[in-house]
Amino acid sequence: MKRPSTILLRITILLLLCLGAALFVSPLLVMIVGSLKPDEKVLVEAGSLLAFWPTEPSLQNYRDVFRRADFIRYCWNSLFITGTVVTAGLAINSMAGYAFARLRFKGQKLLFGAVAAIMIIPLEAIAVPLFYQVTLLGWRDTYLVQILPFAANAFSIYLFYTFFLELPREFEESAYIDGAGVFRTFFSIILPNAKPVFATVAILSFLSHWGVFLWPLMVTSGEKVRPLPLGIAMFYTLPPLQWGDIFAFSVMMVLPVLVVFLIFQGWFVRGVAATGIKG
Amino acid sequence: MLLPFVLAVVLSLTNVRLGSPVPAEFVGARQYLRILDDPTFRQAVFNNGLFAAVVVPLQTALALTLALLLNTPLRGMVVFRTLLFLPVIFPLSLVSVIWVLILAPGPDGMLNSFLEFITFGHWQPRNFLRDPYLALPSIMLTSIWQGVGFQMVIILAGLQAIPQTLYEAAAVDGANRWQQLYRITLPQLRNTLLFVILVTTILSFRLFDQVQVMTRGGPNDASTTVMYEAVQTAFVRLQIAKGSAMTVILFLIVLLLTLLQRHLVHRSKADRQYRGERKP
Repeated sequence: MKRPSTILLRITILLLLCLGAALFVSPLLVMIVGSLKPDEKVLVEAGSLLAFWPTEPSLQNYRDVFRRADFIRYCWNSLFITGTVVTAGLAINSMAGYAFARLRFKGQKLLFGAVAAIMIIPLEAIAVPLFYQVTLLGWRDTYLVQILPFAANAFSIYLFYTFFLELPREFEESAYIDGAGVFRTFFSIILPNAKPVFATVAILSFLSHWGVFLWPLMVTSGEKVRPLPLGIAMFYTLPPLQWGDIFAFSVMMVLPVLVVFLIFQGWFVRGVAATGIKG
Repeated sequence: MLLPFVLAVVLSLTNVRLGSPVPAEFVGARQYLRILDDPTFRQAVFNNGLFAAVVVPLQTALALTLALLLNTPLRGMVVFRTLLFLPVIFPLSLVSVIWVLILAPGPDGMLNSFLEFITFGHWQPRNFLRDPYLALPSIMLTSIWQGVGFQMVIILAGLQAIPQTLYEAAAVDGANRWQQLYRITLPQLRNTLLFVILVTTILSFRLFDQVQVMTRGGPNDASTTVMYEAVQTAFVRLQIAKGSAMTVILFLIVLLLTLLQRHLVHRSKADRQYRGERKP
């Protein structure tokens, strides 16, 4: 779109955006400021502008979180589960996508049809019978059960598939002439040229997985293997209700991700935009 | 993923209960008839439908407006884009907890005092999450706040893919801003908008996290959803088969919506043109 012609229009656009940004950021500010306040002040001051000002700032709430909940445990669980889902997912889905794009094998069409069909089945639709299977197998309260159903992902396969399809075949042909096999070609020729799609898939699977709530709620019971999203929900219901502590928990939970996001925000935005273009 | 789904359908036709000594038997379609007759489940389907009917248009319109504002080539747009996208990286359960405080009852509650301020004291403080008329709208508000950034970024990408030459030609023909918006931008964005609408609608029917954290379906089922009922049935009442049947119904709704979107996209002229350009 062309540059807005009048100063007035430009100011209006900026004002509207400032208003929008304020509405979107203020709850986060309340969270950060609240985490620094004494517990009893958070709710009392929420109704005034003091909600944005740390009266009597201290780190007591943060100390309380470590005393009242096993934060480190939740954090490690989240890190381990999400990390494994993302890295295993990259390996599995990229190879599957490559196989669909380049190799010819029996039953390929049928298998690809299955992948396309799976893309529209939400986890929610199979959660209950999947839980039943898991219970029969005795897999409840494990990391495995939180990783296995998510590592292979139809949409990730599809993203890799479309990317590899558009890659010129000349890349690989010279490698084949030099006598390299399928795997050698994939690792030494394709991978170095596929960084953008790897970044996209990594970010999307991270975003969709690190907030996962329903499935771990169903298949875990103790805090031993539960991830952070369940941790905050449990901590919130843990009596007595202390908002300062809850916000301290929240801040510690999102701060690392927030930092990563602010550094790589361009990648995040491109990754999400890709879902719209490919979907 | 396909296997558990087949199991879901099979299970849904039986009366399996977890830990029940009575052997499972085949009950067939009676299961579905019983569910569809259950007033709580009907309320849940209605709530999901209402949620979609309110959230999808509101959120899409808001996302489109923000994307249009962001698409103006002024300095600092990246900062605004980043701030507006921020809630997307927050897990829904955390967002729900934050909003429980914002929606706190009494005159000291954040939203209550904000509404009192902008209405010059005419607002009577409400207990949003315990009010049968306000519990579901409160969840809607929370969901829009968290989800709009995701849509906004997708729409923004769609806007940036529109060829500049179209606008230049329109400007030569003397079209003003509104005419350009209605005649060029919106038709060109058709498929992007359809996609965004589909994804949001499906998410509306999968609604669970916010309900679990904020209201637990209450008060009096005013904010319960299909997924919340399915989980309650399967885990609290241990009726695995009945819960499965509920999720099969959920899947049928999602499937119907997806097929509708595919149909609309394939019918669209813009899509045919796009394919025409790509084919050698």
